[in-house]
Amino acid sequence: MEAASIPAARPKPLQVVQDWLSKYGLILVLLIMPVYYGIQDLSDEGDLSRLGGNIVDGLSNGSIWALVAIGYTLVYGIIELINFAHGEVFMIGSFTAAGFFGTIGLTAGMGVPGLVLGLLLTLIVCMLVSGTLNVMIERVAYRPLRNAPVLAPLITAVGFSFILQNVGLLWRGGSQEGIGDLINSQNALFTVFGVEITNGDLLAIGTTIPLVILMVTFITRSRLGKAMRATAQDPEAARLMGINVDTTISLTFLLGGMLAGAAGLIYALYQTTIWYAQGFTAGLIAFTAAVMGGIGNIKGAVLGGLIIGIIQQIADNRIGTEWTPAIVFAYLVLIMVFKPSGLLGEQTREAG
Amino acid sequence: MSMLVLDDIKTYYGNIQALKGISLTVEPGECVTLIGSNGAGKSTTLRSISGLTPPRTGSILFEGQEIARMAPQDIVSLGISQSPEGRRCFPRMTVAENLDMGAYLRRDTDVEQDRDRVYELFPRLEERSKQKAGTMSGGEQQMLAIGRALMAKPKLLLLDEPSMGIAPILVERIYETIAEINKQGTTILLVEQNANFALGVSHRAYVLETGKVALSDESAKLRENPDVQKAYLGA
Repeated sequence: MEAASIPAARPKPLQVVQDWLSKYGLILVLLIMPVYYGIQDLSDEGDLSRLGGNIVDGLSNGSIWALVAIGYTLVYGIIELINFAHGEVFMIGSFTAAGFFGTIGLTAGMGVPGLVLGLLLTLIVCMLVSGTLNVMIERVAYRPLRNAPVLAPLITAVGFSFILQNVGLLWRGGSQEGIGDLINSQNALFTVFGVEITNGDLLAIGTTIPLVILMVTFITRSRLGKAMRATAQDPEAARLMGINVDTTISLTFLLGGMLAGAAGLIYALYQTTIWYAQGFTAGLIAFTAAVMGGIGNIKGAVLGGLIIGIIQQIADNRIGTEWTPAIVFAYLVLIMVFKPSGLLGEQTREAG
Repeated sequence: MSMLVLDDIKTYYGNIQALKGISLTVEPGECVTLIGSNGAGKSTTLRSISGLTPPRTGSILFEGQEIARMAPQDIVSLGISQSPEGRRCFPRMTVAENLDMGAYLRRDTDVEQDRDRVYELFPRLEERSKQKAGTMSGGEQQMLAIGRALMAKPKLLLLDEPSMGIAPILVERIYETIAEINKQGTTILLVEQNANFALGVSHRAYVLETGKVALSDESAKLRENPDVQKAYLGA
């Protein structure tokens, strides 16, 4: 012991490399794909516009995953439950959007002001529907099981996921349904360094950024947001402060559901097809994003969502869609092995 | 009128009975302590008062009002706050944020003043106000837990084992502060395994054994009691 505690005069070169790898190795791994294809683009075409296009598309898709992932991470942070029905809450958001377009008669032919107003209205409706649905799920399926063994709410969550899929199936049928391309989403709005920014990109990124900023500000600054953080860190101590823990948990589900609803609308407009099983895939990807970024951490969920979006887009475009899931999850495994708590993972409650 | 009256409360964890009929009173302005060994039911008594584990039977009167089946947040708003066993500071919040959480239910404008008062009682907390609570020493966290409970401006302050896991020199400091808080007018119900300090600071004491009150008297007299000396004072 005595000898071991004497600091080495000069660290061995191997040690330096190891330290450096453990610090920056992950970033290096994450950069392999973009850098590789960047070099390829430069030698083949002389510029980086193809890679840039991949990244922009990836960010748009990733921002949808990010919004859904925040819901997983918020709920996990506060009650340590994986809300398996969350993907379906997102799906119901898309369905609400499609239904509401018909109700208010929103069509692609309308002028820009009418369209923007209609979409804003739809956004609010989707957020309210999905948020309320999520609160109801918690009230019915999780709250009565607050003191039950952990597997019980996990199974009711899976159960609710299937129930909602069936609701979707009954609501709009079992096949993929095309909805009108309201915003002409593939239309190039402007070009930066040879990279086309489309209407869809602007919608996805332009809706996600303000929503995430609002959410983070609410949680760090407001009284209720502080109550949420306190409950996440120590529910019993939170009760001793006079915080109503049940209300705080409901609020968490409301916020998570609202973001999923917004994501549902963006998805419907961006992909222009919806179907009852979309929530399963999206839920799985978003959950992966939340774990990759460090579950319980909002910034981690956003980062994870964006990274997965970009990996997916590059893999789709360069390697082939049949490889995409394998590549995404290979990245997940790599990240988990090197950093089990995720990219921005904090200590969880049970760890200290 | 007594400030707090516990009448024959029985509290369970699942099927395990932790309190087998505890009765005690706390008068306004007093500092009362509960001593006893591990598992005697000291912490459970405080948890029952705060509503974290409500008693199955029996009554708890606070200023004449029945609180035995109230929700914890309603009990806090009546004026009972607790510094719990193991301190339980919010680890990823700063010292200042932790203190703010203590004042969560307050709508009055004196919160600033009370924060200054806490900083006066525990100058160390002011030095560390921007530090995350989880990175502080056990003693500092204990000061924070007590300060946080004071931020609720309680009529009755419940303190659970303020000396646990803390360097002896700090324990002395913390007990001086507890005496000071009591002198400034806050009624205190204190739970302690370290009977020496607890009997020194309190007016009256109850000795708990396996979920029952075994003995109660003025603290000064209990200190002279040979049984208490043998069992709890290490004489």
